[in-house]
Amino acid sequence: MDVNTLLYKKLYLIRRCEQRIIDDYGDDAMKTPMHMSMGAEAISAGVCLALGDNAQVFGTYRSHALYLAKTGNSDDFFAEIYGRGSALLQGKGGSMHLCAPSKGVMGTSAIVASIIPVAVGAEFANKYANSNKKTAVFFGDGAIDEGVFWESLNVACLMKLPILFVCEDNGFAVHTPSASRCGYDKITNIVSQFNCVVLSSDSTDAEVIYKLTLEAIKLSNEKQLPCFLHLKYYRYLEHVGVNEDFDAGYRKREDFESWQKRDPILLQRKKITAPELIEKEIDIQVEESIKKSKQSPFPSDDILLKEVV
Amino acid sequence: MRELTYREAINEALFSEMERDPSVFTYGIDVADHKNIFGSTKGILDKFGPKRCFSTPLSEDAMTGFGLGAALCGLRPIHTHMRVDFLLLAMNQLANMVSSYRYATNGTLKVPMVIRAIIGRGWGQAFQHSKSMHSCFAHIPGLKVAMPSTPNDAKHTLIAAIRDDSPVIIFEHRWLYDICGPINDHQSSLGKAKVLRCGKDISVIATSWMNVEAIKAAEILQKRGIEVEVVDPITLTPLDEQTLIDSVNKTGHCIVADNDWVHCGFGAELAAVISEKSFDNLKSPVKRIGFAFSPCPCARPLEDRFYPNAVNIIRAIEEKLAIDETDLSGEDFYTYENKFKGPF
Repeated sequence: MDVNTLLYKKLYLIRRCEQRIIDDYGDDAMKTPMHMSMGAEAISAGVCLALGDNAQVFGTYRSHALYLAKTGNSDDFFAEIYGRGSALLQGKGGSMHLCAPSKGVMGTSAIVASIIPVAVGAEFANKYANSNKKTAVFFGDGAIDEGVFWESLNVACLMKLPILFVCEDNGFAVHTPSASRCGYDKITNIVSQFNCVVLSSDSTDAEVIYKLTLEAIKLSNEKQLPCFLHLKYYRYLEHVGVNEDFDAGYRKREDFESWQKRDPILLQRKKITAPELIEKEIDIQVEESIKKSKQSPFPSDDILLKEVV
Repeated sequence: MRELTYREAINEALFSEMERDPSVFTYGIDVADHKNIFGSTKGILDKFGPKRCFSTPLSEDAMTGFGLGAALCGLRPIHTHMRVDFLLLAMNQLANMVSSYRYATNGTLKVPMVIRAIIGRGWGQAFQHSKSMHSCFAHIPGLKVAMPSTPNDAKHTLIAAIRDDSPVIIFEHRWLYDICGPINDHQSSLGKAKVLRCGKDISVIATSWMNVEAIKAAEILQKRGIEVEVVDPITLTPLDEQTLIDSVNKTGHCIVADNDWVHCGFGAELAAVISEKSFDNLKSPVKRIGFAFSPCPCARPLEDRFYPNAVNIIRAIEEKLAIDETDLSGEDFYTYENKFKGPF
């Protein structure tokens, strides 16, 4: 299958799953705080396709797109956010803690930046074992405000660990814009002072991000250094929840509209000869996943105390 | 029987485990320098090289997450902190990440990591080089917590911790490093308390250094025919309640001597367990002994007031058993000046 088709399948699956969350969230059956990926899909799809199946990824509480791009598994996705016993995590994690280690989704954290050093340690383990497994860690621009980001970047550069730091920059930490948080102008200028590769893009074209990531992997492997991949996007929905929030006053609808003109799904759709066939297949898959999740029983009481230590 | 100091026992455990299992590595601030964490990591760098023994930037928070990531991916990290106070910088990783990662993956991933943290005391350590705070860590589900007080238990606790698939924090009291004791080759598992000294009149359950004080108290009272039983829980989580309960059921009196503040401390947990499960056998309420409820001061006279010792334990026992005060004028108590003079 060609790259553009593979990318479109990932993009459409993510968008479709999230659209179905929006449709049904009001039923109050998905009792988990939703941090929606809508608007960011090109990053997860492009980076994950470039990384390949063997790679390991770590993410945040906003990881619907990352999880679906890496696993393609909408059954487990819905089972977990419906809190059902059929899910891998059996309802222990929910929307904020999706993971699938067998598919390389090694974990997601809802404490901003706290997963970053974990990914650095995973990359260390890979290098220790002389494995060529690649590790990427995804985080928002808010994570850069945290000390542990800088500690982790420093350690990765010092130890020459070829990890990908993927910064998904939407310009806000919850509702506070970068300009109110940063004592510097451009993060890429600052990170460039470290011994690592720095690449950036504000594209919403998954193919562009895919190619940029291939370049990042190549450079980082050649130099045996980390790569900081700075990618801009626009968060379509509120920080947490499934609604718009342009009436809240902290950002303008016009900004959204200008980004929406280059929506990642629409951009990629134009490159595909018969998108309807892909869409139909994925629509069926997603409806089936939702149906199976709702039919699955809740986890049994004994699950509560399992796998604590 | 062969004897080692506490420091040598830790060193021996590190050597044997790193030799046995190539996935074990040790790291932390100054782990690989010339002082070797008070001698406990001596020779490890020479034997196993910088890949498996290295010093790190002053980044306790990130380096704890780093250990977690390495553990998830098949390694067995041992992260060492020269003071518990420094470990507090990693509290986010411990409370939010390390402790819950196995649960968060529903057991798909395991977290076989060990954290060693040293409790400082004396020669003016003051309020940021002297904390113990073990109860704060034992409070969190998903962490195992141990604080062995003898060289043999230090060795075997560390070995068991390295082989365990859960995160284990081991608290090592700096003063214990010079204590010498017999070493046996019996493997011990985490979660087994030990009766360090048998007695029928009163139970003293002590943690870490307080076991040394409790045994001193027992030796002095032995001369009056009072038999004090000293029990070391060794691990706080999992806690071997039965050994503690058996002791109190036998003696009917219990003093908890904890190497920490009393208020909301591990001593409160022990007192609650004993009260709940040995109530009918208790002849008096459980008594708690611990640090004064202040930050730790620097000046020696204030420090002496801050820390409880064998004398406090003796006085508490006398009160419980309603006997006259023992004349302690001829007794020789531990004083660190006889062991070392700074900087640590």
